[in-house]
Amino acid sequence: MNEIWAGIQEAVRLIFTLDADLIGITLRSLEVSLTALVIASALALPLGTWLAIRRFKYRRSAIAVLNALMGLPPVVVGLVVYLLLSRSGPFGVLGLLFTPSAMIIAQVIIITPLIASITHQAMRELWSEYHDLLISLNTSKRQRVAALIWDGRRTLMTAALAGFGRAIGEVGAIMIVGGNIDHVTRVLTTAIALETGKGDFALALGLGFVLIALTLVVNFATHALSRTEREGTW
Amino acid sequence: MIRIALAILMITGVAAKADTMRLAATTSFNNSGLSDALLPAFKVDTGINVQLLVVGTGQAIRLGQAGDVDAILVHSKAAEEAFVSAEFGTHRREIMYNDFVLIGPSADPSRIKDAESAIEVLQLIADTEMTFVSRGDDSGTHKKELMLWSAAKLYPDFFGAWYKAVGAGMGASLNSASGLGAYIMADRASWLNFGNKDGLELLYSGDPMLFNQYAYIPVNSDKHVHVKAEAAQRLEQWLLSARAKNIINNYKINGEAMFIFNGAP
Amino acid sequence: MSQSIRVHLNSILVKRRGKTVLGPIDLDLKVDGFNVLLGPNGSGKTTFLKVLHGVERASSGVIQWSIPNAQARQAQSYVFQSPIMLRRSVRQNLAYPLQLIGMDKVEISSRVSEWAHKIGLQDALDFPAPRLSGGEKQKLALGRALIRIPDVLFLDEPCANLDGRSTREIEDLLHDATQAGTRIIMTTHDLGQARRLADSVLFLLNGTLHEQGPASNFFAMPRTIEAKAFLNGDIIE
Repeated sequence: MNEIWAGIQEAVRLIFTLDADLIGITLRSLEVSLTALVIASALALPLGTWLAIRRFKYRRSAIAVLNALMGLPPVVVGLVVYLLLSRSGPFGVLGLLFTPSAMIIAQVIIITPLIASITHQAMRELWSEYHDLLISLNTSKRQRVAALIWDGRRTLMTAALAGFGRAIGEVGAIMIVGGNIDHVTRVLTTAIALETGKGDFALALGLGFVLIALTLVVNFATHALSRTEREGTW
Repeated sequence: MIRIALAILMITGVAAKADTMRLAATTSFNNSGLSDALLPAFKVDTGINVQLLVVGTGQAIRLGQAGDVDAILVHSKAAEEAFVSAEFGTHRREIMYNDFVLIGPSADPSRIKDAESAIEVLQLIADTEMTFVSRGDDSGTHKKELMLWSAAKLYPDFFGAWYKAVGAGMGASLNSASGLGAYIMADRASWLNFGNKDGLELLYSGDPMLFNQYAYIPVNSDKHVHVKAEAAQRLEQWLLSARAKNIINNYKINGEAMFIFNGAP
Repeated sequence: MSQSIRVHLNSILVKRRGKTVLGPIDLDLKVDGFNVLLGPNGSGKTTFLKVLHGVERASSGVIQWSIPNAQARQAQSYVFQSPIMLRRSVRQNLAYPLQLIGMDKVEISSRVSEWAHKIGLQDALDFPAPRLSGGEKQKLALGRALIRIPDVLFLDEPCANLDGRSTREIEDLLHDATQAGTRIIMTTHDLGQARRLADSVLFLLNGTLHEQGPASNFFAMPRTIEAKAFLNGDIIE
């Protein structure tokens, strides 16, 4: 118990003195996960919307596959990406292993199915609501998609936030493909693993608090969004 | 759209600057804190940035084989020699040594404090079936441990539940030993630098069998053309220099030297 | 707007799950003033209306308007039985059809304001439409449907769940619309409303068109037994 308390004290000190290591690691975490989020959203939002409004023969199987991909264990994704990016692997020549890019790639693979699935769910619901009206108004495909995305924007944002939450807390895959290299690929989660392993609980706890704070911000943002929906603002 | 994404990836991915190289080194090199003393000095002297991957010896060797790193620093002579003779590494360069020590609960239920050899220590632990934590991760430390069991004519495959192979680095394994009140073999440097000694004590050391030699091996650029052979060579030369010798021999915790330089330029 | 509008239906058939829900219908209709589609619940009125407008497709058969169908649809509007509100404000709902045709912002603004007044929602312009009351939603749907001044307005039971006052307000709006040149095709099962509004009547029963003609004729001298029974209140479904 003494240890935990000493750790908390040290953690608070690190946070309030804006410890350079802590800041660097936090910024890197944000850089990796936010980039992954942007790329994953660019892929998942159109995909989810398209799946919702297009009718084609294998639609149900496509959705089943999408939902299955959500359950991919992240560490397995990490292993596969590692094997692909290793110098002795097919994409080794790109030299991406043990760089932030490899971590971004792994996280994109992990969170895209999640964002796409939530998007699909929301767009499907909205489309069935708007369907007759949009047809009656003689809208083009583009106009329909635009109306759905705009009116469904809060749910889409929630989907994105869910993806971000998954990414920022992930440790297995990015440990494998990033290598947890100091000042290069060390982020909040991998640093916590390392420092805990060294018995340096103070820094680990400090990092842990930052990570919790980030996750809480994401959750509050999600709640605030659903409140604006109910109240009809924004 | 795709092109922009690829461009972003390439920019953040291209760490292939001329003044950067990758070194895979054992967890004991990092957990002891020595890497934090040496590598920044190397950067100051040569401008070369060494990206350090902290892994077990087994994984370091596999990274060297795949060409994912430019050099390795490990401590398992047999594995190193195999690596070099298979031409994955150019040659083996000894840099420094320390020793392994036996750590255990302060109460020392197996009474290994009074043992006269490392083999006797292991026999005592096996006889009393006290909990023993093994690295279990194919690292240099792990290989050494297995070699000692073998010399004591004991076979871990047939041990009972008291033998726990955690498959983790030195620090994490020490954590487990601390949590379980178990015996464990560690390199002296990692032990001295370990932050969670709660309940554990250094109980036995000094047997020449516990000698632990670290060696540096550049990855063979004939096998992997992209390897930073020049930077790897400069690191090797620097590790053999007076400056490195100075840092290594003076790296102490509580007045105790953790490594002893024995490189021959 | 002043040219006559006709629609021709050729063997229109709508099947759902193997069952014939509507048809076969052969009809040549001049759309003028107030055309009321009359019939008990389940007679296929809604399906007929949707097929006419093009929101639903017939299983077989051809519909042809007097101008090319795509053009025709552009100049039509539809108010659904359960009004569909965009998840936006009243103002944005009214503006949407105008934005779709690329009208400029200033014009949109003034038209929205004008119609908000006509439907009595001028004080609720920034209110979220999904949270309006039933009657208000219906009026908003109507305003949105009329804001482009369509040639033809389709309405499906527009006053089904409304109180007397709201019904009166909507009927007044419909009268104004016909004055402005919009033809109306409307379904209702409310005989009183039909008598009040209809210029011509189409009587549907079990998916087939039993009678069709000027309203005065239909109400005074129905030709078929079924029509008579319906007017008597003997047929409910």
